[in-house]
Amino acid sequence: MSAGRHDLPGAAYDPAGDIAESFRDPATGDFRQETMIINMGPQHPSTHGVLRLLLELDGETVIRCKPVIGYLHTGIEKNTEYRSWVQGVTYVTRADYVAPFSNELGYCMAVERLLGVEVPERAKVIRVLVCELNRITSHLVALATGGLELGASSVMLYGLREREVIMDIFEAITGLRMNHAYIRPGGVVMDLPEEAPRKLRDLIDLLPKRIDEYETLLNDNPIWRERNTGVAVLSAERCVELGVTGPPLRSAGVPLDLRKDEPYCGYETYDFDVITRTEGDAYARYRVRIDEMRESLKIVEQAFTRLADTPGPVMIDDPKVGWQARLSVGPDGIGNDPAYLAHIMEESMEALIHHFKMVTQGVEVPPGEVYVTVEAPRGELGMYVVSDGSHRPYRVHIRDPSFVNLQAVPDLIEGALIADIIPAIASIDPVMGGVDR
Amino acid sequence: MPVERYEGVHLGTTPEEIEDEVERGVLLTTMDRAIGWARKQSMWPATFGLACCAIEMMATGAGQYDLSRWGMEVFRASPRQADLMIVSGRVSQKMAPALRRIYDQMADPKWVISMGVCASAGGMFTNYAVVQGVDTIVPVDVYVPGCPPKPEMLMYGILTLQKKVRTEEPFK
Amino acid sequence: MTVAELAVAVSARYPDLVLARDEATVVIQRDDLLAALAWLRDAPGVTLDTLSSVTATHWPDRDPAFWVVYELRSTALAQRLRVKVPLRDDDQHVPSVTGLFPTANWHERETYDLYGIVFDGHPDLTRILMPADWSGHPLRKDESLGGVPTWFRGATMPPIDERGMA
Repeated sequence: MSAGRHDLPGAAYDPAGDIAESFRDPATGDFRQETMIINMGPQHPSTHGVLRLLLELDGETVIRCKPVIGYLHTGIEKNTEYRSWVQGVTYVTRADYVAPFSNELGYCMAVERLLGVEVPERAKVIRVLVCELNRITSHLVALATGGLELGASSVMLYGLREREVIMDIFEAITGLRMNHAYIRPGGVVMDLPEEAPRKLRDLIDLLPKRIDEYETLLNDNPIWRERNTGVAVLSAERCVELGVTGPPLRSAGVPLDLRKDEPYCGYETYDFDVITRTEGDAYARYRVRIDEMRESLKIVEQAFTRLADTPGPVMIDDPKVGWQARLSVGPDGIGNDPAYLAHIMEESMEALIHHFKMVTQGVEVPPGEVYVTVEAPRGELGMYVVSDGSHRPYRVHIRDPSFVNLQAVPDLIEGALIADIIPAIASIDPVMGGVDR
Repeated sequence: MPVERYEGVHLGTTPEEIEDEVERGVLLTTMDRAIGWARKQSMWPATFGLACCAIEMMATGAGQYDLSRWGMEVFRASPRQADLMIVSGRVSQKMAPALRRIYDQMADPKWVISMGVCASAGGMFTNYAVVQGVDTIVPVDVYVPGCPPKPEMLMYGILTLQKKVRTEEPFK
Repeated sequence: MTVAELAVAVSARYPDLVLARDEATVVIQRDDLLAALAWLRDAPGVTLDTLSSVTATHWPDRDPAFWVVYELRSTALAQRLRVKVPLRDDDQHVPSVTGLFPTANWHERETYDLYGIVFDGHPDLTRILMPADWSGHPLRKDESLGGVPTWFRGATMPPIDERGMA
């Protein structure tokens, strides 16, 4: 290789060298410095869903950013006003579709608070169990998609591999892999099947090693660190001002976790830590999620052992509230329990009428309004539910954590390079179904 | 190209027409099959994940239900490089023009799988915000029902589409 | 501090307070809203320093026709308070609280988009969830659900808001 003029070590590469002189504007003698306004999304492989970012760019630097949302607006809130209270669960569960159990839990707790009923103890333990499993799957999706968007495609495959094990457990328990409608007002629909304890045991043994694998792969990976450290920093005060909750808030040092500060479903009786970091950048949020997965696994283990000691019903006994159908596993799968069918079809006319009325119209909830918050994997998920005394909700408003967290995006990426947008959004981990509802 | 003449199958009257016919009949049957096979063998989907079905689509592409078995794990971000659009998820009124634009940007031949009931018919959301079936905007080849469809269901839909593509006759 | 004690502290200044189901709701008139939220945020012993959500409800046959609902939370006390502002049908304006709580920005845009309530002083009051050229405010009770009939072979079923079932 011959040493030419351009190979001098330490000489800065001047892109606007001699050749670019011809680009000067003849009138002013200056180079034109314009900013570009560019659209990123809504269809984009790396914007974590149908999110559109309107960017004003000076070269590679983002000067201004405006997120445009609404590309997944589904009218969930209006739809719930035309369906019964139990059917509302199926709508609400599809808002934040990566963590459906949190939506269901928030809504059902709100309806139960309006009704003024307590769910059975076993139902609470099962609720905690599935919600924490959901937290693990949600963080795995965050990790997998975040990795894929940054170019680490093997992280995608590993993350979804673990998720498949948990999806299998969900399918065994609820019948569906996603959008389960398993938690309903009054408890949960069905008790755990026979193969669930074995699968849970296998999961609890398997997952710690796999999480160690992620840490080995990513924690000290130079590319991962380079792209995530110092990127998308948000201070604690700014987080609180913007209403950011969840892992982004905890990664900035604020130990706010609704499971500890406003416990529900018996969370105060479980032993787990709130993970916080101080740096507030994308790497800190990644570490917070990994550690939260371990804490969730601790809770899953405790809930699992507790299940054996809390026998009992999983749906409230009150015939005016509890979901009427009794399901059991027959020779051809899960179906209506033959004993219950015999009761309503052959023994008692009143029971049949009651069953019919409850299934078609559903529970009647006394008038009032409540606001119930749960700690979803993305932050504080609030359900504002208003009843006017009928068998339909009057208003259901979902305060979604991703909706509020996305407001922080301009703060995160203004002044940064385009390439920093991707880890910024991946570290906030928005789910557009919740954002747009 | 060597051409085999079949006795008694001529429908044309002039020698050129007959020549044409026979050529088409023999050569292109084989061509049809070859092209159909090649097209279905490695269809590249465009990344068009919208909602919950997108998560199941990702799961279908991941390790356990491997789309790579059919050469389809390469989700192309640019629609110009893709030949299959899997509309996975509810299409809101705001997203519909973008969807049509992506479809228009794909080069022929292109196919559309409508994954899930929301894309096929509006799903449970029969309201102001959701397009009641993506086939009101783009022509759909295969509808995969489910909310969301399990990865096995999506794979069956993809295999059905591949069968359709394989037996499609592009020169007729 | 329990929610009852918080209710006592707040009702000393804003007496229109209801404590139900372990939740405190105070009704504040529109003209007092900004001053009230500032006091609630800064008063020692109350310190409701985070705004969790802003939304609205529509009661077409009643007066007031709209309620704008603010959910506040105190980090120090770990307690919540709901602030409700009544609006009449012919006057759907309320001052924006983005000066006090920057997080209200998108919440107020969403409430405007879905209900038509105008937040005076909001930096950018445009539609956020519906397309920019949408007309109407979908979540109002006088707007229909907007579904289409379901087609079966040889029959249709009307959308859920027109079925006439209970």
